[in-house]
Amino acid sequence: MHRLTTPISDEEIRALHVGDTVYLNGIVVTGRDAAHKYMIEHFIRNEPTDPEDVALLEKLRVLLNGGVLYHCGPVVKKNEDGSWTFVAAGPTTSIREEVYEADVIRFFNLKGVIGKGGMGPNTLKACMEQPAVYFHAIGGAATLIAQSVKEVVDVFKLDFGVPEAMWVIRVEDFPVVVTMDSHGQSIHEKIQQESEERFKELLLR
Amino acid sequence: MNGPIQLDLVDEVLELVRRAATVLPEDMVQALERGRAQEEPGSAAEQALATILKNVAMAREKSTPICQDTGTPIFEVHHPFGVSTRMLTEQIHEAVAQATAKAYLRPNAVDSLTGKNSGNNLGLDFPTIHFHEWDEDRIFITLQLKGGGSENVSTQYKLPDARLGAGRDLEGVRRAVLDAVVKAQGKGCAPGVLGVAIGGDRGTGYIVAKRQLLRKIDDVNPDPQLAALEARILEEANELGIGPMGFGGKTTVLGVKVGVAHRLPACYFVTVAYMCWANRRAEMNVSLQDGQVTEVSYA
Repeated sequence: MHRLTTPISDEEIRALHVGDTVYLNGIVVTGRDAAHKYMIEHFIRNEPTDPEDVALLEKLRVLLNGGVLYHCGPVVKKNEDGSWTFVAAGPTTSIREEVYEADVIRFFNLKGVIGKGGMGPNTLKACMEQPAVYFHAIGGAATLIAQSVKEVVDVFKLDFGVPEAMWVIRVEDFPVVVTMDSHGQSIHEKIQQESEERFKELLLR
Repeated sequence: MNGPIQLDLVDEVLELVRRAATVLPEDMVQALERGRAQEEPGSAAEQALATILKNVAMAREKSTPICQDTGTPIFEVHHPFGVSTRMLTEQIHEAVAQATAKAYLRPNAVDSLTGKNSGNNLGLDFPTIHFHEWDEDRIFITLQLKGGGSENVSTQYKLPDARLGAGRDLEGVRRAVLDAVVKAQGKGCAPGVLGVAIGGDRGTGYIVAKRQLLRKIDDVNPDPQLAALEARILEEANELGIGPMGFGGKTTVLGVKVGVAHRLPACYFVTVAYMCWANRRAEMNVSLQDGQVTEVSYA
């Protein structure tokens, strides 16, 4: 069992292997479909000129350097004092971000991505080079995971809507499992291959 | 009877939504517990199911969503003659908006052209409501919450399919459904439930497939051929080794439910509505007498 706090070092990432349980602490930023598309188009492929974009990029560079991005579209509640509370916050399916994630990992020096369902070869390659890992949270365990979210520190791009906004949260002992590591191992790739073999056998029955 | 029946069911439908989002049906909880019991103690599969069960209990206790993706709300409304479906539609919409404001539902309706979230779960053809008039003196509403992850791995096959060696028969259906499970891996939040439709057109295929998900997880199909098919696919899907969350393990699918619709001579569709382990469904019965509500109950 590992307990890690963001920002995470390269040594800490290299020490992780598929199957390891990790409890994450510190700042995590949520980002899913709209956020990935936005980061690619406004920060990574093009230098931002819009002052709002420049300011956001500056903040994200600090938050995500050695940091962790969480594929999550939460249910939130706005409190009377204007602050936010996470009510339900499980992971969303990560594979939709496969076309973007490797570039995002490299651009921001991410050390981890939290999601569910795993990702593909481009992300795995970026994990080996960077290094970084893919943390698998339990899909649907939304109320439970929300208990790990101790504070909503900030929110960016709320105009994307609540699920797609980038929420900056402070987590305590957020439970995840490493399913893609920085040594080229992926549980998802392995299970996919094995299940396809089993399927071929079943078709012969 | 004079004129249409006047009712106000907004509060009752709001409660139906709350139950659907926060309370997993008991038959699903038991199926998850059976899955946990058959996994290797301490394995990733066993721990995933333990976490899921802990989350289910916590969501129920705190009255918060089991999963943050509260999905597409799908209402099936049975009503007697004389109840206005326009009135019920308005009341369901109001209840859905209130449920969103109370954080039982995540705002999930996104304008497909502008990308703007409506913020209240109302939009074009959103939520889904199907009306059925019947002879009984009561209104019966079922609600399913169908999340996006499982919707993305739902799929439709057109038989024959050369790649699968699947012809237009139940063996072809078996091959198509197992292929859908392999393709889904853990992405639809395994262990899932499969609602399957044989036949229909492309549209009715999905409607009939999703309706199968309303069946209790351990019921037996009254058609012996389909019952045998359901049992066989369930057993074989669980031999694939995908397991909870795709971590590997014995529990890949919790139930297989197959329905049938008439098809065109030219078409043979097999539709697989993959549902995540959080197979959220709730029902509400509103008894009526002389146009007045006498009793409301939930299950």
